[in-house]
Amino acid sequence: MSDYVELSNLSKIYETPKGSAIIVKDFNLRIKKGEFVTLIGHSGCGKSTVLSMLAGLNDVTDGVIILAGKELVGPGPDRGIVFQSPCLLPWLTAFQNVMLGVEQVFFTASRAERREIAEYYLAVVGLGDSMHKRAKELSQGMRQRVGIARAFALKPKMLLLDEPFGMLDALTRIELQQVLLEVWGRTQLTALMVTHDVDEAIFLSDRVVMMTNGPAAEVGDVLNVTFPRPRNRTALLEDSEYYRCREHLITFLEERAHHKQTAKLSAN
Amino acid sequence: MAFLELQNVSKCYGIGVKRVEVLHDLNLKIAEGEFVAIVGYSGAGKTTLMSLIAGLQRPDTGSVTLRGEEVKEPSPDRAIVFQNYSLLPWLSVYENIALAVDTIFPDWPQAKRRAHIEKFIAMVNLTPAREKKPRELSGGMRQRVSVARALAMNPRILLLDEPLSALDALTRATLQDEIERIWESDRKTVVLITNDVDEGILLADRIIPLSAGPRATLGPEVKVDIERPRNRKELNHDPRFKAIRKEVISYLLGTGSRAKSSLTRKLILPDIEPEDLNIPRSMTGWRNTPIRKGEMKEESVEVKS
Repeated sequence: MSDYVELSNLSKIYETPKGSAIIVKDFNLRIKKGEFVTLIGHSGCGKSTVLSMLAGLNDVTDGVIILAGKELVGPGPDRGIVFQSPCLLPWLTAFQNVMLGVEQVFFTASRAERREIAEYYLAVVGLGDSMHKRAKELSQGMRQRVGIARAFALKPKMLLLDEPFGMLDALTRIELQQVLLEVWGRTQLTALMVTHDVDEAIFLSDRVVMMTNGPAAEVGDVLNVTFPRPRNRTALLEDSEYYRCREHLITFLEERAHHKQTAKLSAN
Repeated sequence: MAFLELQNVSKCYGIGVKRVEVLHDLNLKIAEGEFVAIVGYSGAGKTTLMSLIAGLQRPDTGSVTLRGEEVKEPSPDRAIVFQNYSLLPWLSVYENIALAVDTIFPDWPQAKRRAHIEKFIAMVNLTPAREKKPRELSGGMRQRVSVARALAMNPRILLLDEPLSALDALTRATLQDEIERIWESDRKTVVLITNDVDEGILLADRIIPLSAGPRATLGPEVKVDIERPRNRKELNHDPRFKAIRKEVISYLLGTGSRAKSSLTRKLILPDIEPEDLNIPRSMTGWRNTPIRKGEMKEESVEVKS
């Protein structure tokens, strides 16, 4: 299958009075249709910058992003985003928050159909009983479920997840990873996630792309995660392959992520 | 006789029809010198449980006893480290700890009190920052002050209420090592409340899961028989670590998890495609129904170059 998403020679450079600050340089990544890819790296390595350029929320200094055969310019509803904090409008209900986007992209559909789409995704993320509660009455974990439903309900070409569970406690995080995987399994949307949680990366993705430390971050290593889907966490925790993957990522983050930097320093 | 014992403890909040039983029938025995971790969801009632042990609240039924005496009110016997540090912002590190020490040991000579305070500041590696105010300290340093203050009271039991939840992963790891080191040196009885299973395995002798609320209750305990000091990296390969991790997590996600709402309503997902908002609406105006998947056509255009 051909590549669905293509990031070619992507760079992000900020001009500062002290000269240019290179955040990301010549970043290349290809994602196949229906693939779930994760970017992992330390804070500040530029992984979120790559994601926000793909989202169209951050200008590209150099390079090209192609999604489904078209070059991307600016943000759009063809990319559903799940933010770290769900960014809901607190005075609207969960249902109204999801409808906000649905009404835009499905403006030609009937009112009943738009309703059905929002209700479907809210029910799938487990909010069937509380979709008519206001966002401010919901717990943090439930709000993030609304965020997931909102992204899927737009029927985007691609899903972008920016540390989607970073603000949740360890147990709620596990619960929501399961929820995400269930919804994702129904649609097999092409997805790119940014995280620094090793377990999350392995559990969710087909491929984990490890980024070296910034500035001028690049791809350091790639790990293919071949566990069959649908995945079961309990079974995974017994698999020795899981621990091999985990060690691979931890070792990279602890040791190799810094290598490029130290090599550069000694070269100077 | 157990050092700390909870018998049939329940706690409700609210009145009338809104009355909710938060904790239901808890039984727990902790021996002297033991490090116990209670792991559960946020909102399950972990902090309520801590307040009951601390004596800040009384249970509705059942009893909490420390060395056979019923816990009726807060006392310096039981020191708490809160998640939000709870330091006095206008006092320095030294003064914050001195406040506790002066209150509890008023009859000690001044020199002895000062030496005592300095000892605990040194224990948490804050001697260079002793004159700083809490706002000048990072989250991790503030939590160290809070730990030093609790230990300086010479409590019989140390209660840690999600002490590291507000910190980033790296600081959390450093403080976990520090807590382990301090505990090794004076072997106090510790009750740690956390939502991080790995943290529990790293530090505790015994892990007790608290099921999701309402009506949260304690699940079957899991002994952590891994020799100390425990190394985070080596743990990853330890089959005992994997087994304990799996047991606790599967309890919390299975029987101890939140009630799942089951929906019997039939759900329909319309098979329609979203509109491309980059195309001006005037141009799609001729079509007032969405494209259905079955109606989509693949078109290819040949372009001569």
